[in-house]
Amino acid sequence: MNMMSVILSGVELANPVIPASGTFGFGEEMSGWYDLNCLGAISFKGTTREARYGNPLPRIAECGNYGMINAVGLQNPGIEEVLKNQLPRLRELYKGVIIANVSGFSVEDYRYVCGLLDSEERVSLIEVNVSCPNVHNGGMAFGTTAEAAAEVTRAVRAVTKKPVYMKLSPNVTDIVPIACACADAGADGLCLINTVLGMRIDIRRRMPVIANRYGGYSGKGIFPISLRMVNQVARGLLQAGYEQVPIIGCGGVETAEDVIEMMMAGASAVEVGAANLRNPMVCKEIIERLPEVMRELGIAELREIVGACA
Amino acid sequence: MIFTTVSNEPLTGQIWRMRLTGEQVEVRAGQFVEIQLPSFFLRRPISICDAESKDGRTMLTLIYKVVGGGTRELTAFGYGDELDLLVPLGNGYELERSGSEVMLIGGGVGVPPLYLLAKHLRAKGKKVSVFHGFNTASEVFYEREFKELGCKVTVATADGTKGEKGFVTDAIKAVYKDNVKAPYYYACGPVAMLRAVKSQLGPDGEMSMEERMGCGFGVCMGCSIETRSGARRVCKDGPVFKAKELIL
Repeated sequence: MNMMSVILSGVELANPVIPASGTFGFGEEMSGWYDLNCLGAISFKGTTREARYGNPLPRIAECGNYGMINAVGLQNPGIEEVLKNQLPRLRELYKGVIIANVSGFSVEDYRYVCGLLDSEERVSLIEVNVSCPNVHNGGMAFGTTAEAAAEVTRAVRAVTKKPVYMKLSPNVTDIVPIACACADAGADGLCLINTVLGMRIDIRRRMPVIANRYGGYSGKGIFPISLRMVNQVARGLLQAGYEQVPIIGCGGVETAEDVIEMMMAGASAVEVGAANLRNPMVCKEIIERLPEVMRELGIAELREIVGACA
Repeated sequence: MIFTTVSNEPLTGQIWRMRLTGEQVEVRAGQFVEIQLPSFFLRRPISICDAESKDGRTMLTLIYKVVGGGTRELTAFGYGDELDLLVPLGNGYELERSGSEVMLIGGGVGVPPLYLLAKHLRAKGKKVSVFHGFNTASEVFYEREFKELGCKVTVATADGTKGEKGFVTDAIKAVYKDNVKAPYYYACGPVAMLRAVKSQLGPDGEMSMEERMGCGFGVCMGCSIETRSGARRVCKDGPVFKAKELIL
């Protein structure tokens, strides 16, 4: 293993940097900016049972230089199309670890999509999104109570042998019981956080900027929140006796230093989201800078710092 | 890519022209750049008005309207200041779809990308008729520049202070009357204008769309519009679409 490699439930990543679902498409567009093979893993665009157009426009609102709000609403071609076209194309472009990001509107949706993915050898790990803030009657609702999150976890666990990571919402009073409920129900790991529910108003028109009114806030402005929640979950899991439930940390990561900070908080790997939209080269730049920061900080192997502050 | 500002000055009250130079890029008419600004998270998409390459360098001309904080911040850049650009983005107009005579139809800040298009069409020897719509005489820009390319230019202003009184469609009507079959057209402007143009001239043309974007290169799905052939990203599948594809 090299000094930057990390392990997620037996799956080795050459480095901890993963572009987050929804900020990288299915890799094709990004491959025009750089060779994707430098990435630790790729989490592809949230995929549902049926194709979805998503929400009305505008779907994007800016928040100064701290980040942005999106309410895309899971636009995707649907699982069958993804398995037939997008995934084979992604595999041609990228030899590394592919994470399938799955979303749904019912427990049955999740079960169906994950069941299809189970026999898909190109997918190493399934990230189950129970935290999308932008879809009605479903999505985030599953991630906001421990019972519902556990129910989805059990359903998915029953149909796949692949590692299952539940992607959790920050829009809850206490994330730790939800994390523990997922672990109890058979989740191999967790991914957190999804976007923070937010809003902007056009003060000239006296209207919400986002057509869907609210959306998910992401970007560097949420980094302290995601760091805190990763740390809470890491500590909570340890206290509850779960020692083998890795966390993928996500939220506002922009630099190699952020990656290291997130790992010290308790993350075994780190997703980079909104920063890709501002700078399409950011993941590559972070990966290239990591060895230098490790040297500065006296870190011999990156996986040793996981949970250093948990 | 890092580009260096050569000039940046107002053409009218709210319309500014910026020239930047950087490493050579091949630009199709209708493509755009995304500019990173220090005070904003997202880049600003600006259509490319002109691109001239020489000795491995490209000079870009961008014409933009100051509409908010981002474009206001852009006006502060001057000679020698560097900007981080993603360029070129989007698909651009298809020059080959039109015959020997074409129409270019622009509204307000939709006029600039038509300039590079006119240049390329004229280089192919096509006869180019240009129709530009503005609100008022003081907002008119680039009439002379299009004429210098050898285009026939007709301007309309909503208040009648210059050229034809009314919208760009009124100017088209004045020239083509009702019974003349208009040639293939290329249009860029507000949706209301595009809608009027399509209902006047029919589906045989191309239109450049504008939407609030996240990334500008096709990964965030922030600017997807519904078209007759399904969801399409304005930034990546567009900004130029066949008029017949668009649901306006």
